[in-house]
Amino acid sequence: MNGFSSMIELSEKDKPIAQMLLNFGACPRCIFRFCRVELQAPYRRPEKELLCELRTFLQSNSNESESSCETVQPPCKRIRLESRKEEAEEQTANGSHQLTDAENDGNATDDNLRPPPVCTVCLGILQELCEMDFVKAVCQKINSSEYQFSSFVFSVSFPPQLSVREHAAWLLVKEEIGKQDLLVEKDDLVQLKEAYKWIIHPLFLEELGVPPADGKSLFEVSVVFAHPETDEDCHFLATACPSCFKSAKNKQSIFTRMAVVKALELIDDDDFLKNFQSPPSSPKTPCTAVDIQCTNGAIFVAGRYNKYSRTLPQTPWIIDGERKMESSVEELISEHLMTTFKADSFNFSSSGREDVDVRTLGNGRPFAIELVNPRRVHLTAEEMRALQQTINNSSDKVQVHDLQIVTREAIGHMKEGEEGKTKSYNALIWTEKEIRNEDVAVLDSMKELKLDQKTPLRVLHRRPLAVRVRVIHTMQSEYIDEHHFRLRLKSQAGTYIKEFVHGDFGRTKPNIGSLLGTTADILELDVESVDTDWPPALDN
Amino acid sequence: LDVKGNPCEDHCILQHSNRICVIALADAHPVLQKGKAIERISYQISANCSRLQNKVSGKSKRGAQFLTELAPLCRIYCSDGEEYTIYSCIRGRLIEVNESLLGDPSILQQKPFTDGYVAVVLPKFEESKTITQGLLTRKEYEEVLSKRFNSAS
Repeated sequence: MNGFSSMIELSEKDKPIAQMLLNFGACPRCIFRFCRVELQAPYRRPEKELLCELRTFLQSNSNESESSCETVQPPCKRIRLESRKEEAEEQTANGSHQLTDAENDGNATDDNLRPPPVCTVCLGILQELCEMDFVKAVCQKINSSEYQFSSFVFSVSFPPQLSVREHAAWLLVKEEIGKQDLLVEKDDLVQLKEAYKWIIHPLFLEELGVPPADGKSLFEVSVVFAHPETDEDCHFLATACPSCFKSAKNKQSIFTRMAVVKALELIDDDDFLKNFQSPPSSPKTPCTAVDIQCTNGAIFVAGRYNKYSRTLPQTPWIIDGERKMESSVEELISEHLMTTFKADSFNFSSSGREDVDVRTLGNGRPFAIELVNPRRVHLTAEEMRALQQTINNSSDKVQVHDLQIVTREAIGHMKEGEEGKTKSYNALIWTEKEIRNEDVAVLDSMKELKLDQKTPLRVLHRRPLAVRVRVIHTMQSEYIDEHHFRLRLKSQAGTYIKEFVHGDFGRTKPNIGSLLGTTADILELDVESVDTDWPPALDN
Repeated sequence: LDVKGNPCEDHCILQHSNRICVIALADAHPVLQKGKAIERISYQISANCSRLQNKVSGKSKRGAQFLTELAPLCRIYCSDGEEYTIYSCIRGRLIEVNESLLGDPSILQQKPFTDGYVAVVLPKFEESKTITQGLLTRKEYEEVLSKRFNSAS
């Protein structure tokens, strides 16, 4: 043992593994991973320093002198690999023997002057792709995208061939470990992703100037790496393990990372070595980040709306790709939210819905809008009031109030127990038969009237056919003339009021027609209130 | 709005903009015209086919019987011994039959276009346009009726 061995966190027994991996073309950080170095600090040191120390450490094995890396130059890895590749092709079943005995063919060249070759295991991920220049490039992208965030989570996606190369390296390491009678599983190694995050996370925190997120943040930065040069590395698995690669329609390639990992678990070592050149070819270029994306968690905005128009649908009404009505409640409200929050898209939901020709008066109908991937996430109460005012100023057909940011969970309040709630309506009704005040007054005495409602024909194309029992709690009539009267009614949510009036081919029983002994139809309908206490009223 | 093989046994089809169709009797149908008394209505088409057994489930209406234009929906037995068969007239899936006709057949005559409908049929999405084009409109039907009336007198 000497001073160097402790410096680079490797012990004497790791030496053969480290040497073998170095010959394999692995970078120092990958060597640490395969030697199960669990400390994070060593990974964060500059690669050149690590490489230099590693070589010195390995040298100290053969000649006991403590030589520094300036004086003793280790052999050129690239050249050694090239010659080894030819040998490997001749005897691909097991390459490790040739590697271990070729330790000191001393072709000294000055490695320090050029960047280290791209690692055959991580394809550059633990080399230049975890260094400050790369972090700066990603941060520039984040900062240019206007996102508001106070912490972040970082996710990476590696090309699937990294798993193949990792497996090839593992098989060699396993054999070496076997010689030492040690019991080590593949899971005991330090995962590439883990090591990558150890290195890159502190760099990001420093560059972005935000506190650590402890794994939870709504703001996510995701980076996708690709390495087209070695995409073919995986292809042999499709013939060796066809069951793992089912072609999926919406996937660009059948070689997904999951499928490759599964295939590698199934394939036996001899088959693998027969089909995959080990050590693998030395890549010319490192991986590239093909996609850097930022996403912010959705923001939910709730409120109540009133609709004062009989020609405005709740949601865009499109038949055969053709627009029926100019606008909609949904659009009139969302448009302004989208501009303010700078979101990618939105989802509108509400507590029940009304027909295009029905007005919503009184305290309004609760609604909630999910804003997907918003750039802005914080708005003061003042700003929310201003936003509400903007919506209300832009159209007299729709007015909103109690506009507020709510949590995802709170949206559940709106949907849960919807059936238990009551709604009040005001309907203008026509009757075929001439009526007198007394005729309609009988309705006033009916309380808790039970209806059997078959799914109305007008919605039957999209809802299942069923008989639903609904209750009309109270009715209050207001006589107009021989053929017209107004009816105010309180009913259980989910009652189809129009069908209760005209009967829907006798499919809602009883109905106003059958109760009055005539044929009735509905001319106008207004929602007067939706009785829920959510979202909470704001005092503005 | 439609005419059938047997003289004057007209059927009426009402279609909603959501392509749902309601099958009913048309004005000129003998059951409505001659003031006959209906004894009973049967949805039993043959020994092993009853329209009452039609069950649909889910919003995709699984399990619906598929009907062609000439598929019988029900038979009307009148007290004078006459028997009439009502046909689907359109291709589509049978969504429901009007079970209240079983209890009180007379609503077929009293409210032929509302409570007295015969059945609800959902045509295929791609066929729903062509189906209605093949039928007579209310106006065309009235012209047919007046011609028929003139030639009879």
